[in-house]
Amino acid sequence: MNELSLHILDIVQNSVAARAKHIEIDVLEDKEKDRLEIRVKDDGAGMTPELLKNVTDPFVTTRTTRKVGLGIPLLKFAAESTGGSFSIESEVGKGTVIDAVFTLSHIDRAPLGNMAETMESLVVTNPEIEFTYKRQVGEKRFMLSTEEMKTVLGGLPISSPEVLMWVKDTVNENEKELNGGA
Amino acid sequence: MKSLEELKAIRERVQSSINIRNEGGADSTRVVVGMATCGIAAGARPVLAAFVDEVARRKLEHVMVTQTGCIGICRLEPVVEVYVPGQEKVTYVKMTADKVAKIVSDHIVNGKVVAEYTIGAAE
Ligand SMILES: Nc1ncnc2c1ncn2[C@@H]1O[C@H](COP(=O)(O)OP(=O)(O)OP(=O)(O)O)[C@@H](O)[C@H]1O
Ligand code: FES
Ligand SMILES: [Mg+2]
Repeated sequence: MNELSLHILDIVQNSVAARAKHIEIDVLEDKEKDRLEIRVKDDGAGMTPELLKNVTDPFVTTRTTRKVGLGIPLLKFAAESTGGSFSIESEVGKGTVIDAVFTLSHIDRAPLGNMAETMESLVVTNPEIEFTYKRQVGEKRFMLSTEEMKTVLGGLPISSPEVLMWVKDTVNENEKELNGGA
Repeated sequence: MKSLEELKAIRERVQSSINIRNEGGADSTRVVVGMATCGIAAGARPVLAAFVDEVARRKLEHVMVTQTGCIGICRLEPVVEVYVPGQEKVTYVKMTADKVAKIVSDHIVNGKVVAEYTIGAAE
């Protein structure tokens, strides 16, 4: 996958499949430490210790339509091939935290890519799930919270076209702002 | 900078101009995009975004764009299933954002399946 935002979309699909109600996505960048960290936290079904132990092996999946799971091994490989690290914590009934650390300046680190489209896709296909997207570049932060949005929206569905457009514009504009340009 | 203030203005504008949309009712057409890892890697996200844009552009109120996991045909990804109420499911394969406008106008709006993009034509 040639964008980190596509890995994020994919890893969040696991949380959706695990029936999470709240999903937090953190993308934290630190130029001084030369690191970019992606964290996806959910309150879904979680994994048994046995599944957890095997899940980074690309032959493990609980799906029935094919025998191998690819999402987690691909992200692990992407992080480790930049000299970074990868970990998962999970507990049945509590939820899961996936943590992938990349070396920011490494030539094999994919760009973050189109996070606006990733957030739009997640919101439109899962209007009942609460998403929190936290983005940090150095000291600058941005947060998008669907819970906050729904409070403002009242009865207007979060999947309304005008609202989705706002989501995309907000993520794009803040990304520019965080990267120093406006 | 975009803000929640702006979102509030959107709510006021939209709510006064339309009735709250009746989404997800039994009379809705459903567009289901396969979003397993292989689908995403093959380009499912821009296809989903193109459906959302096209449905918004045409102001179609009874069309829901949703996702599912693996549909089971990796080599034909991205795969999109279209469910029009009262009709058989239609499976479109090797989708791209470019094919979306035609599916929306011919199939979803005018009821004519775009045969050349379907799984039947690909097999
Ligand atoms: N957040 C999560 N909560 C609960 N279980 C999870 C979570 N993430 C992964 N799993 C479990 O780990 C398995 C492997 O995940 P992985 O993403 O690697 O493959 P997959 O989702 O099965 O298939 P693919 O990602 O290739 O479409 C899943 O089938 C699921 O059982
Ligand atoms: S894994 Fe490819 S279609 Fe399901
Ligand atoms: Mg997966």
